[in-house]
Amino acid sequence: MLKCRAVWRKLAPLARSASTQCRHNVKTALNNGRRQAFVPATHMSTGPAGGGGSENTLYVVLVGAACLGGGAYAYMTVRGDSKRYEERISELASRSAKEAPESQPPVAPEPEEAAPTSEESAPVAELSGETESASEPVAEVPPEAVEEAPPVVEEAPPEPQAEVLEALPAVVESAAEEPVTEAPPAAEPETVQEAPTEPAVTSLPESAPAPEPVSAPLTLPSHAPYLLIGGGTASFAAARSIRARDPGAKVLIVTDEPNLPYMRPPLSKELWFSDDPSVTETLRFKQWNGKERSIYFQPSSFYVKPEELTSAENGGVAVLTGKKVIQMDVRGNKVKLDDDTEISYDKCLIGTGGVPRNLQVIEKAGDEVMNRTTLFRKIEDFKSLDNVSRNVKSITIIGGGFLGSELACALGRRSSETGLEVIQMFPEKGNMGKVLPEYLSNWTTEKVKKEGVRIVPEALVKSVAFKEDKLEILLKDGRQVKTDHIVAAVGLEPNVDLAKSAGLEVDSDFGGYRVNAELQARSNIWVAGDAACFYDIRLGRRRVEHHDHAVVSGRLAGENMTGANKPYWHQSMFWSDLGPDVGYEAIGIVDSSLPTVGVFAKATSKDTPKAATEQSGTGIRSESETEATAVTPVASSTPAPVMEHKDEYGKGVIFYLRDKVVVGIILWNVFNRMPIARKIIKDGEEHADLNEVAKLFNIHED
Amino acid sequence: MSYWKDTIIFVTKEDHEAPSNAELVEEDPNDPYEERGLILPSGEINWNCPCLGGMASGPCGSEFKEAFSCFHYSKEEVKGSECLDQFRSMQECMQRYPELYPQEDEKDEKDKQEQATESGANAASEGQKDNDTTESEVKS
Repeated sequence: MLKCRAVWRKLAPLARSASTQCRHNVKTALNNGRRQAFVPATHMSTGPAGGGGSENTLYVVLVGAACLGGGAYAYMTVRGDSKRYEERISELASRSAKEAPESQPPVAPEPEEAAPTSEESAPVAELSGETESASEPVAEVPPEAVEEAPPVVEEAPPEPQAEVLEALPAVVESAAEEPVTEAPPAAEPETVQEAPTEPAVTSLPESAPAPEPVSAPLTLPSHAPYLLIGGGTASFAAARSIRARDPGAKVLIVTDEPNLPYMRPPLSKELWFSDDPSVTETLRFKQWNGKERSIYFQPSSFYVKPEELTSAENGGVAVLTGKKVIQMDVRGNKVKLDDDTEISYDKCLIGTGGVPRNLQVIEKAGDEVMNRTTLFRKIEDFKSLDNVSRNVKSITIIGGGFLGSELACALGRRSSETGLEVIQMFPEKGNMGKVLPEYLSNWTTEKVKKEGVRIVPEALVKSVAFKEDKLEILLKDGRQVKTDHIVAAVGLEPNVDLAKSAGLEVDSDFGGYRVNAELQARSNIWVAGDAACFYDIRLGRRRVEHHDHAVVSGRLAGENMTGANKPYWHQSMFWSDLGPDVGYEAIGIVDSSLPTVGVFAKATSKDTPKAATEQSGTGIRSESETEATAVTPVASSTPAPVMEHKDEYGKGVIFYLRDKVVVGIILWNVFNRMPIARKIIKDGEEHADLNEVAKLFNIHED
Repeated sequence: MSYWKDTIIFVTKEDHEAPSNAELVEEDPNDPYEERGLILPSGEINWNCPCLGGMASGPCGSEFKEAFSCFHYSKEEVKGSECLDQFRSMQECMQRYPELYPQEDEKDEKDKQEQATESGANAASEGQKDNDTTESEVKS
């Protein structure tokens, strides 16, 4: 502030001289007949109106006084805060000093050697002894040590962590080599940066009390460089991407489910076709070629325990199960769990997916009905429905989309063994009515019927009641269906619970968090998977609820969290198998309200999904599009005989058009041609003759 | 009925015999947005390639990366002959996680890497080949 004054003093004479110049100019200008009105604009404020001298002094005095006052205020605030901070820190230090000292001095330049069960007072005492002014680093250290084993220097570079407590530069050299999760604090915390310190400090007391006992068990991390909210496909793909690109990255997945990340498609497909009676426990399924795998992406040995994450030498992926994130503080870069613990982060991904929708009439129908209704999404839903299907006589599926149709086929297949009645009802005219053009939807419905399902089309549910030990479904047109159990497959509600606390935008058209083309909602926050309403450069804003999209978007979000800055470009695909004879892969916008062009050939028996997997030896498409596994191709003995099918739509390609541009493609019983389809969508060209485009697919060949 | 907006064409094999005259946009091999195969245009290894599965991201990820990098950049006559140490430490790490890296596939791991390199190289040379699809795996 003194400087301020000196500077002003220097400037004032200049100002005066400048204004003098201006006045000269004015006089000249006036002499030239110019209007005086123009001139004031060029004057310095201290210049004009004569008497510039006295006014000038007054001005200087006023400004000087203001600077002095402001400076004094700032100084007092800083001092006060610093004092408060020091008090807090020393209180923490004294608290942890009560615990039995362990032999792990994290101050040592090689923290790697620290054993897992570390922490506490010995290091605290040492540090407070060594460093006077840096009681702050001490404060950072014991809480650090208290929660987890002394982190290793090899961690992810300080820059990401620095974001959390950025403006707190290190004072103590020994502390500088410290656990890098928190950038060592400064000797003089400034007012602005005080705020970020506060949250870190407040979060610490919460975890500090935990290891009271002498043997000091490990506690959960209070900071995760990469925090992934939600433990589904998108999160797992992101975790893998982050680990691949950022060596030694520490990734924490927080999920409210009790399970490790798993893939969802087999829950409504392959798991139902398994011969293994213990499949509900093992959750393993056999693919057509006999190769078995679990629905879990990786076994538990792949993951690091959350308590050990911060100290893990090469980082890792940790999954914190059974914990829900209920609040998000975007400014403070931290989240709060349902057990009141807080975790701060550097980069965060929201992969919360969604919750199955229910019909209002069912929700209002009372407990008896609700207890007999399944909303199918998770492993536990699969287990419960599997159990139910063995114990009841009749199941009704409400919904004619992907999930409903797949479950209907799966249960229908089972019905042939057990005599179970399987009914499927939906408002459309045929299965997949919102996806497939009508002729194909009708054809598909016939196939589903052949799987043993009783189809009730054009059904709008008016009410559901529990009468005489049965569920009575009354439709708006008067039809009645009596059943024992209902499966509601009527859509997914994206989970945007955190939007309010985080201040994130929710899309009104598609639902979900609104993110840009790079899947970013705000700085350091990305959203992927079912919950992301993103901008697709080619196809416009959309929200996609398919498995491959979760993988692709999760992977992309992971790349962008590690600095790639890539937009959504690689178009994701999806697929469905309705029984062994009907299978299709699709890509892009596949909406039956769009005009379509279908090019079909006659199907041979070689063209079923079963045959396709046997031949290529790649197993299910859950795998082949997402991850390679070493597979030995199954040797096909003799080529299958060519069979003529009665129905016309054996195999082909269907193009979905929007303004004459292909925006979606279905490969109908034609496999392993997704790259061509992807290319056509990517080009976004207007093709005059789609038959010519169809030629690119070689639909007559295998 | 949907006939007004849904066109259906039936084609025989002969109909589709003539090569297509549909024009596709030429690929830009340096497009930064495109998904890359195993080997990036710069010659570096794309650790995020789906073809690697979880190899680069698992507990033995760093050992795998070292061994594979050494192999990839090896200029020896017998490629990778100077990388035995890295491969050994990778094997040791993998033995600690038998669940993740089944032991009988030890030899296959190495084969797989070689094939991954090949398929990655093929992908790179083809430019726009999509490595996510089944084709690259079929070769193994």
